[in-house]
Amino acid sequence: MMFFLEVLIGGLMAGVMYSLVALGFVLIFKASGVFNFAQGAMVLFAGLFFVGFMELGVPLLLSLLLTAAVMVLLAGVIERLVLRHLVNQEGIILFMATIGVSFFLDGFGQTIWGSNVRQLDVGIPTDPILLFDGDILIQSFDLYAALVAGVLLAILVVFQKTRIGRALRAVADDHQAAQSVGIPLNVIWVIVWSIAGLVALVAGVMWGSKLGVQPAIVSLALKALPVLILGGFTSVPGAIVGGLIIGAGEKLAEVYIGPLFGGGIENWFAYVLALGFLLIRPQGLFGERIIERV
Amino acid sequence: MFYRESGQFKTSYRADQAIFTIPQDRIFFALFMLMAYVGVPLIASDYLYTALIIPFLCLSLAALGLNILTGYCGQLSLGTGAFMGVGAVSAWNLAYRIPDLNILVVFILAGLITAAVGMFFGLPSMRIKGFYLAVATLAAQFFLPWLFVKWGWLTNHNSSGVITAPQLELFGWVINTPMEKYLFALSIVALLALAAKNLVRSNPGRQWMAIRDMDIAAEIIGIRPMVAKLSAFAVSSFYVGVAGALYLFVYLGSTEPDGFNINLSFQTLFMIIIGGLGSILGSFLGAFFILLLPIFLTRVPPMLGFEFSTALVSHLEFMVFGALIVFFLIVEPHGLARLWQIAKEKLRIWPFPY
Repeated sequence: MMFFLEVLIGGLMAGVMYSLVALGFVLIFKASGVFNFAQGAMVLFAGLFFVGFMELGVPLLLSLLLTAAVMVLLAGVIERLVLRHLVNQEGIILFMATIGVSFFLDGFGQTIWGSNVRQLDVGIPTDPILLFDGDILIQSFDLYAALVAGVLLAILVVFQKTRIGRALRAVADDHQAAQSVGIPLNVIWVIVWSIAGLVALVAGVMWGSKLGVQPAIVSLALKALPVLILGGFTSVPGAIVGGLIIGAGEKLAEVYIGPLFGGGIENWFAYVLALGFLLIRPQGLFGERIIERV
Repeated sequence: MFYRESGQFKTSYRADQAIFTIPQDRIFFALFMLMAYVGVPLIASDYLYTALIIPFLCLSLAALGLNILTGYCGQLSLGTGAFMGVGAVSAWNLAYRIPDLNILVVFILAGLITAAVGMFFGLPSMRIKGFYLAVATLAAQFFLPWLFVKWGWLTNHNSSGVITAPQLELFGWVINTPMEKYLFALSIVALLALAAKNLVRSNPGRQWMAIRDMDIAAEIIGIRPMVAKLSAFAVSSFYVGVAGALYLFVYLGSTEPDGFNINLSFQTLFMIIIGGLGSILGSFLGAFFILLLPIFLTRVPPMLGFEFSTALVSHLEFMVFGALIVFFLIVEPHGLARLWQIAKEKLRIWPFPY
C-alpha cells in the first residue's frame, strides 16, 4: 500500500511537469485557436537562454528578466513573421506552421548555445523528504514544482479577470466581434504568445533543474499533447488535472502493468490512454463541446 | 515557343482524360523515364546511388503515401515512420520465414499488413480530426517501435534486435549492385506512382478530396466518411509499408527497428509540405529537395571557405527546414509542385505576354 502511494505521488509530481508545458498550449489555443506545436521547443529555447545567461555570470534574477525579454521578443517576431500572414487559414495549416517554428527554434537555440546537457541550479533543494516514518519518499524538488505550478495557475486564473484577460477571452470567442468592439487583434496575439513564452520559461527552468537543459526536453514535452487531450484543449484547470492523471497513470502502469510486457511502456502509455479517451470523449474532461456547423 | 497547344484538339473523352493531355508533356515524360532507366545507370556512381538516388526513391514513395492521407484526404498523420517500420519488419519476417516467397509477393503482403495496422490506428479519425488525429497517430508512432523491440519474435529473438535484409532475387535475377537495386526500386515506385495518379483522379480520390475540403458537406452529398477515411488510411499505409520494406531491403540493408522513429515521420511530413500537399509530383519534388538540402549544407559552405562543425550543420539544417516550412505555408501552400505548374503556364504563352 505504501509502495502504491509512493508511486502514485511520484507520478502525480511528474504529471505536474507535463502540466507546466500543457498550460502554454492551452493559453494559445484558447486565445487564438492555434494549436502551438512549438511549445516544447519554446521550453527548450527559454531554458537554453536562461542557462546561457547564468553561465555568462549574470545574476539569477537578471537572467530571468533577460530571458523573459527574449521570450516577449520572440512572441513579437512570431506574430509579425508567421501568424500575421496566416490569418484565416485552416487550423491544420497553422498547426503545420508551428511545427516549422518548432524546428526553427530547436535549431536556433542549439546553434547559439550548443547542444550539450547543461546543469541548471537555481537553488531549489533536491533532498528527499520522508513521510509516514520513512515509508514514503518524495523529492522536495517535486514539491517545489507543484508549488510553482499552483502559483502559475493562480496567476493565470486571476489574470483572466483583468481587462487584458477579458480581451483575450473575447478574441477567443469570436475574432471579428472582438475586433469590431475595438480590441486590437495583433496586439492580443503578441500578448498571448508572450504569456505562453513566459510559461515556457517557467517550465524550462523547472525541467532544466530536474534533467539539465538538453534537446531531449523537446520530445519529453510532446507528452503534454496527451495531457491536453485528456484535460481538454480549452481548459486551464484541465491542463493541470490532465497532467496529474497522465503522470500518475503512466507511472502506475509502468510499475504494475509494465512487467507483463517487459517494461518500457512509459513511453507510449500516455498516448494510448489519450487515444482511448478520444474515442469516448473527444472534447476532453473540461473542454468545450465541439460543435460543427457547415 | 515550343510548348504550345494551339491546334491541338481533343476529340474524344479518352484524350480529355489522359494524364498528359499535351503531346509535349508526353514527350518530356517519356524522355524523363528514358533518362531514369538508361541515362542514370550510364552516368551515376555507386556513391550517388546509395547517398541520394535510392533513399530518394524509397522516401518519395513514403511521401506519396502520406500525401494520399494528408494532402488528398486531409487527415494529418505523424506516424509515417512507425508505419514504414511495420512494412519493413513484416517484409523481413515474410522473407525470413518463407524463404521461397517471391520478393514482389513479400512487398505486397507487407503493404497489406501495414494497411491493416494503418486502418486500425485510423479508427479514431471517425470521431476526431485535425490535430486531435495527429496526437492519435503519435500513439502509433511511440507504440509500434516499442513493440518491434519488445516482441522478440518479430526480430527472431536476435539479441541486438538488428534485422538484416536477405539477398534480393526476382525471377532468377540476383539484385546485388547499387545499379540493379536502383532499377528494381525505380520500377516499383514508377508502378505505384502510376496507380496513385489514377486512384486520385477516379472515384476514391474525389471522395477523399471532398472529405478534405469539408467533411460534413461531403457526407450530405452521399459520401460515406467512414469508407472514404478508412480507405485513405489503408491505401496510404499500403504505400508507406511498401516504402518501408524498400527502405530496409534496398537502401539500409540492416537496421534496428526503433530506427523508424518520429524524425522519419517529420521528414516525410516536411517533404509533402514543401513538395506540395495534394500532388503526386509534389511528393517526389519534396523528397528530392529534403534529401538534397543536407548534402548541400554539408558540401557548399566549405567550398565558400566556411568550416562548420557537423553539430552546427545539423542545427542549421533544423533551422532551414523550419524556416522553409513556414515560408512555403505562407507563400506557396501548394509547394514546389505548384511552382512547376506556374512555370509551365508561363512557358505556354512565352515569349508573348498574352
